[in-house]
Amino acid sequence: MFAVAVAALLVAMAMAVTRALLGPTAYDRVLALNNMGTKTVVLIAALGFLSGRPDFLDLALVYALINFIGTVAVLKYIEYGDLGAAKRADGGTDA
Amino acid sequence: MGTALQLLSWALILAGAFFTLVGALGILRLPDVFTRMHAAGMTDTMGAGLILGGLCFQGDGITAVRLLLILVFLWFTCPVSTHALARAALQGGLRPLTGTAAQRDVAAQTPASRQDP
Repeated sequence: MFAVAVAALLVAMAMAVTRALLGPTAYDRVLALNNMGTKTVVLIAALGFLSGRPDFLDLALVYALINFIGTVAVLKYIEYGDLGAAKRADGGTDA
Repeated sequence: MGTALQLLSWALILAGAFFTLVGALGILRLPDVFTRMHAAGMTDTMGAGLILGGLCFQGDGITAVRLLLILVFLWFTCPVSTHALARAALQGGLRPLTGTAAQRDVAAQTPASRQDP
């Protein structure tokens, strides 16, 4: 049963990587990578049960944290052009 | 563990695997970034939720608590990052596709130049 979930997750991750490689815009790539991070979290949890070591769940929790912070950091860099910027690169203000 | 719980766990994990595959298919096949976000959200909520919920029945109590913590964290962060992505894409000049594919083809006059995934 865990092997079925792991196989489905691996196939889905391959599709997300394909979109990240194809993606016409940077946002498609960020979306695919963020989604792949979510799938990685679930994959780590399922792999832990598959190998009989549920301790892997702590790794999944930490990976979920890093994935979120990384996605927001990349998006802020794309949007503002600078990770520490207080205003947008085009001089506009937040709506 | 009872057979009924085992069957429930099976059903949840298989349904989660199905939704994960459908969401990945949507990410691969849908036409623009906003529709792909919709497919990605299906993976986040249904896929991760059902698989992690099904795994809850497989371990002891503290394992289930940790799985639920991961699930709650995912359900808080995924909408936030999707919202940030949609906002960044809108400010970056992307606009959602409107109308049917045939209408867009007529508007573009040259169907061969359409940006297909």
